[in-house]
Amino acid sequence: MLGGCDVIAPLASATIPVKADMNLSRRRVGEVSLRFLLVEDSAELARPVRDLLALDGHGVDWAATLSEAQDCLNAARYDLILLDIMLPDGDGRQFLQAQRRLGHDTPVIVMTARAAVSDRVDVLDSGADDYITKPFDFAELEARVRAVLRRRGGAAQTVRRYGDLLFNPLTATVTIDSDVRDLRNRELRLFEILLGAPGQIFSKDQLCDRLFSYAETVSDNAIEVYVGRLRKKLVGSLARIETVRGLGYRLTGG
Amino acid sequence: MRAVFATGSLRARLVVQLLVVAAVLAVLLYFTVRSTADRAAEATQDAILGAATVSIAEQLRGGDGGVEVDLAYATFSMLGAVGQDRLFYRIDIGGETVTGYDDLPVPDVRPASLAAVFYTTPYLDTRVRIAAVARSIIVDKGPVPVLVLVGQTRQGQAAIADQLANRAGLIGLGFFLLAVPLSLLSAGSVFNPINRLAEAVGRRGPRDLRPVRHPAPSELAPLIGALNGFVARLRGTLSQTETFIAEAAHHIRTPLSTVRSEAEIALRQSTDERTRVRLRSMIRGVEASSRSASQLLDHAMVLYRSDQLEGVAVDLCQITRSLARAFGPTAELREVTLLVEGDAAPLCVLGDALLIESALRNMVDNAIKYSAVETEVRIVLATDAGMVRVEVCDQGRGLSGAGLTELSGRFTRGGNVGDVVGSGLGLTIVTEVAAALGGRFELVERDTGGTCASLFLPQL
Amino acid sequence: MRQFILATAVSLFATMAGAFEVEDERVFGNGPGPEIAVLSTTDTAFFAPLIEAFLVGRPNLRLRYVVASSQEVYRAIHDEGAAFDLVISSAMDLQMKLANDGFAASYASDAVARLPGWARWRDRLFGFALEPVVLLASRRAMVGLEMPRTRRDLIDLLRAHPARFNGRIGTYDPHVSGAGYLFATQDARQTDAFWRLAEVMGRLNARLYCCSGEMINDLVAGDITLAYNVVGSYALSRVKDAPDIVVIEPEDFTVALLRTGFVPVGAGQGALGGALLDFMLSPRGRGLMDTAAGLPPLDQSLLQPYLRPIRLDPGLLVYLDRIKRENFLAEWDAAMTQP
Repeated sequence: MLGGCDVIAPLASATIPVKADMNLSRRRVGEVSLRFLLVEDSAELARPVRDLLALDGHGVDWAATLSEAQDCLNAARYDLILLDIMLPDGDGRQFLQAQRRLGHDTPVIVMTARAAVSDRVDVLDSGADDYITKPFDFAELEARVRAVLRRRGGAAQTVRRYGDLLFNPLTATVTIDSDVRDLRNRELRLFEILLGAPGQIFSKDQLCDRLFSYAETVSDNAIEVYVGRLRKKLVGSLARIETVRGLGYRLTGG
Repeated sequence: MRAVFATGSLRARLVVQLLVVAAVLAVLLYFTVRSTADRAAEATQDAILGAATVSIAEQLRGGDGGVEVDLAYATFSMLGAVGQDRLFYRIDIGGETVTGYDDLPVPDVRPASLAAVFYTTPYLDTRVRIAAVARSIIVDKGPVPVLVLVGQTRQGQAAIADQLANRAGLIGLGFFLLAVPLSLLSAGSVFNPINRLAEAVGRRGPRDLRPVRHPAPSELAPLIGALNGFVARLRGTLSQTETFIAEAAHHIRTPLSTVRSEAEIALRQSTDERTRVRLRSMIRGVEASSRSASQLLDHAMVLYRSDQLEGVAVDLCQITRSLARAFGPTAELREVTLLVEGDAAPLCVLGDALLIESALRNMVDNAIKYSAVETEVRIVLATDAGMVRVEVCDQGRGLSGAGLTELSGRFTRGGNVGDVVGSGLGLTIVTEVAAALGGRFELVERDTGGTCASLFLPQL
Repeated sequence: MRQFILATAVSLFATMAGAFEVEDERVFGNGPGPEIAVLSTTDTAFFAPLIEAFLVGRPNLRLRYVVASSQEVYRAIHDEGAAFDLVISSAMDLQMKLANDGFAASYASDAVARLPGWARWRDRLFGFALEPVVLLASRRAMVGLEMPRTRRDLIDLLRAHPARFNGRIGTYDPHVSGAGYLFATQDARQTDAFWRLAEVMGRLNARLYCCSGEMINDLVAGDITLAYNVVGSYALSRVKDAPDIVVIEPEDFTVALLRTGFVPVGAGQGALGGALLDFMLSPRGRGLMDTAAGLPPLDQSLLQPYLRPIRLDPGLLVYLDRIKRENFLAEWDAAMTQP
């Protein structure tokens, strides 16, 4: 068995998945921020995807077949399902249709390797929230997950507290003393990266790799621009981004 | 266009054959009637001639003074009645001609009984049909042989036969003339099922690969069978092609995904700068190959679908908007604002949704890809002189003077995009889709910087 | 050159003409063109008006009209092959035999095509005048007696008044007269009463004539009271001069004789001979024939129901048969010669 419904412990996390009606005060650092079900028959692909999600602090259950996926769904609730189409025991789209007919509305992003336009259309018609074509930029997957969860706003919401600020990645806002500030996409992602491991120093290179597509070339001072902008958004909070000369940046003040 | 080599017309061949048959039948009818009429008339005339001759022979009586001959006026009168033929007779008694035409030819063989012997022979200036009857008569010395000949020209018979034959000829001609429209009609009705079958097959759309179930005469069953066999093979081949494209994509992308994801993890965890450089270039490589694979497959799909295009109404507005939504996160990642302008009302064109989506996808993808950070990509939908125009404008780096002709070539890329991953097939796909759907594609550099790509498609 | 040919033709005709007995010969017209030769049994006087009318429209033609007896006409054609363009005769039987034996050429025209079937034989022989064969009576000699209307009446009349009619009945001698023979045979064919009549006439010593002319002369002269079987045309032409003579068409039946014509085979001017025939059948020709020639034209609408035209058919050949003729004449003689 390559997969299974084992919950992988987060490597580093400070976010808690909560329902909208949950009490914010019960959230604490170290809990799983989002819980994913990854339905993918290829272990080689499943492992890095799972690891990447785990690196971001999410919990991932991996199912290699549709029947395993069904078992997982019976046992737990997920914030999002990442679904492959071609699986050994059936077609992911049919599985999805069956789920939707049963009234299960867990958000689904289909990962397709087929890429044909007709497949994309099919996928959306089957009830998927979005699709992503393999191989994918991990940042893009995150963006799509965020977009889907944002669209499904009522279904799942995550708010993270760091020191005296509240961070909502879905609405891309930080709240400091009831002052709600919007983060632009790269500010948001930069803040997410730094918030993923507070106190840890991230080099410019590391941040670049996470913030920009590998397909584009970025100038050396691009990171400094975004760090500068994010600092402005955090003004008034205890939380701040420190420059560690020669090494990089880190988030402090939590 | 495929050339259809027509070697003569079946219909013409059938008509000609029917007419030849009709002509042969008409001629046969003429000659049959002619000979039958001739024979029938001869038989009738012979019967009358024979009866007259026998009657004359029976009226010969033996007596003391020799043989008494009494020709009946009525008999002669009657013989002439049919065709007003000339009449000759001769009565020989005891080998001596006693009356009549004494040079009228006698039969080669003397008739045996009272039954008449008939023969045709030239006499005077004409041909005569002669009936000869022999008997013997008891005269005082004993039996004396008697030979009675009655000859008749047969102009009347010929006239009757001619008349009948001419009538048959006329009927034959009429039959032939009637056969002309009838054979045209019949050839038409014979070929109707073929024409209807051809129409039924011709009406089918390019994607209709169901077996032909059109009712047709049994003679066409082998043709339909062969056609259905061909359709089945074609369907098999086509579905194999489609499946192949999909399978190929799957088999290329899955391992690429693995490599990419592993590389990404390694990149996150590695702090060694040299390793990170390698990993980055590896990821770029994967990105490039997956993109190329995608576009190659898209291109193949475009060619394949353009080839068997089946026009349906496609709502460009709806396609554009859902595409914009799908590109939303991608644009967001680069902090590019994706705007759709224009009414949400349907803007329909005749075409193929997948082809159109493929073209628009490439246009939008290019725009986002080559956009600078924190700029806008504007999608405008408008109608323009009977055409629907989808314009995708970016504020990117422009084309640095290159024209569409150079850029739309396969695997051709602009001179200013070396830093961005691309395959060089995107614009080719858009151009080909535009051509397949009867529209056009324009790519212009904006004065204010950036590029506008416009796809024009005929409005429905 | 033409003079020479003409001379030769004339001399040739002269030598041939010598073979059969010509009663009269006359050339009509003096045109330089071809000459039509007509051989006829009809007296020139009867035919002249018709011929002259025919030539009016054809001034370049000449027409040689040769008259001979019917036997001589037959002999000229059948035995001598005399060259004529039209042969006209009242002897139907002989004409029929000539046609049957192939001496008549084919001739077709609208005029002959309109003839009734009994008045033509194929496209060879054509009738152009129909003459009833009648009984003539002298009004004076018949005073006190009822005119007979049928042969039965006649027989009864003769039987009732033998003294009054003895030696005063005339008829043809069938031995001598071809016409007389034809009429007698046709009578015999039609009715048995003929033989009774013959017996009665024989008993009353009937006078036998060769020709109708003499018979009518004797009747007009008052030598005979009745003339039996006289050709109508002659009879009627005489009636105009002699109001005493009554023409009786027997109502039991009246034989009618066709005058016939044909274009002989080998005729030099066959087309012109035919044209003359057509003229005789044309309305104008018929009128002239009636008024000038005294020959009743062939007109079906005037046929009386008792009129029996002798049909042109091979039956006519029967009485020409040698044996048949011998037998008939023997019977006639037996009837006429009373013991």
